Amino acid sequence: MKKINYSQITPEKIYIKRRKFIKSLGYGLSSASLSSIPLISNAFANTDLSKLTDYEYITTYNNYYEFGTNKSDPYLNSQEFKTKPWTVRIEGEVENPINLSIEEILSSFSSEERVYRLRCVEGWSMIIPWMGFSLSQLLNKVNFKTTAKFVQFETIYDPEQMIGQQKSILNWPYTEGLRIDEAMHPLTTVVTGLYGKSLPNQNGAPLRIFVPWKYGFKSAKSIVKIKLVKDMPNSSWMITSPREYGFYSNVNPNIDHPRWSQATERPINGDMFAPRIKTLMFNGYADEVAHLYSGMDLKKYF
Amino acid sequence: MIKYFRLIVFLLSLIPLIIILMKIFFDNLGPEPIKEITNHTGNWTLLFLIFTLSMSPLKKITNINIWISFRRMLGLFAFFYASLHMLTYTGLDYRFDLTAISKDIITKKYIFAGFTAWFLLIPLALTSSKKMMILLKHNWKKLHRLIYLISILGVIHFIWLVKKDLTEPLIYLIIILVLLILRIRFNKNALLLFDNKRS
Ligand code: HEM
Repeated sequence: MKKINYSQITPEKIYIKRRKFIKSLGYGLSSASLSSIPLISNAFANTDLSKLTDYEYITTYNNYYEFGTNKSDPYLNSQEFKTKPWTVRIEGEVENPINLSIEEILSSFSSEERVYRLRCVEGWSMIIPWMGFSLSQLLNKVNFKTTAKFVQFETIYDPEQMIGQQKSILNWPYTEGLRIDEAMHPLTTVVTGLYGKSLPNQNGAPLRIFVPWKYGFKSAKSIVKIKLVKDMPNSSWMITSPREYGFYSNVNPNIDHPRWSQATERPINGDMFAPRIKTLMFNGYADEVAHLYSGMDLKKYF
Repeated sequence: MIKYFRLIVFLLSLIPLIIILMKIFFDNLGPEPIKEITNHTGNWTLLFLIFTLSMSPLKKITNINIWISFRRMLGLFAFFYASLHMLTYTGLDYRFDLTAISKDIITKKYIFAGFTAWFLLIPLALTSSKKMMILLKHNWKKLHRLIYLISILGVIHFIWLVKKDLTEPLIYLIIILVLLILRIRFNKNALLLFDNKRS
């Protein structure tokens, strides 16, 4: 929590500058020891997470159909959204289902800064300094049974506040799911903020999931329920178009979505001349997560 | 008089171009500039196709001939914006990477539909002059009926690229279908009139 206070008073620009300065110190040290100049073409390698996407873009360019289907709709339509009071219920294959208030969650788990790349299935990406903690910490709070093989997340259903839910664009409430080992992976994050501030409504306040190696839609926003289940759960996008959206939806440059090529992506940076960059297997997190899928035919389980 | 009206239509037709140039100049394209340019030019291509198709019904409804004299220019603007649209995608987005582009054309049906529509516009643009009209005689009319197919391909392209919310492309589709029906009905009426005269 200390970290949040620390950056709350820091405007983004200074925040970025400070980060860049620290980064450049890091580069200085590493390049001194390697006696080589840091490569500019790092930008093409896509593993470089030093160039954060502007706060403005992260908070005005969103896919969050509960607030409308245009990218700017979530920002425009979510400002009045009430995130207090808020409870998250954890239930299903657990010894003791619990309801946790957002205050309890925020005070029981300390959020840390986690800079991850967000890769949207539409072929664009951002680098976001999230604040959050591993979902496994939260799930360890309930003793889930050995029969719990999957986790299902449910977004709040409140059409009065979420004008997008007044149209049946998707199967409301929005649901998403993970296999239990994916959910317990340390990279799978419960997000409580970004850029050192509390999470803006358009980004899924007060609490959302972020799974760095999967396409963005797998990371459900404004969570009210986490359910441990025996069988692979359906998700809103799977119900809408099973051919296009699979349960796993791991970022994979070799498997195209019927509509978008996934080989490359456009970093969101407002620069019309910036080149596309190569998309990496598991969004660059292959070292950490590839073992979860060893022996699986990723073409079949897309 | 017609000359001045044509000039006005010409200047009005440049407005979408000016808007996007201003946005580029003032760095006002938003988070995803290439997509902004693509969508802007794509929408205006479809709109100009619709403008082009509306001229003949407008003439018949208002009984004023002047509409027809804008048709050629509007059609050429449709081709102009379609070409900008296509070049944004092939040039700005894909840096003329022909392998990636041809793969897209083969595997992405919305790109295939879009490309076909643009490709079919080429012969229409090339034969749009009065000279060609005279040269091709009745074949000209047949050839230029392709514009209906092109418009529908453009809408199909739009329907296929939309992720979920089909409202916009369906509005376009309805407009084009209404124009098509008007066209068929007018032709029928004209035929009837023709028959009556003969009898
Ligand atoms: C007559 C021809 C065409 C028409 C009428 C047309 C129309 C459109 C329209 C209306 C849009 C959607 C704009 C929006 O979402 O607001 C669009 C998007 C697009 N068009 Fe076209 N188009 C044509 C040809 C082409 C061609 C030849 C290409 C490529 C070679 C192309 C590639 C694209 C792409 C990449 C998008 C953006 C897709 C996305 O949002 O991800 N189009 N077009």
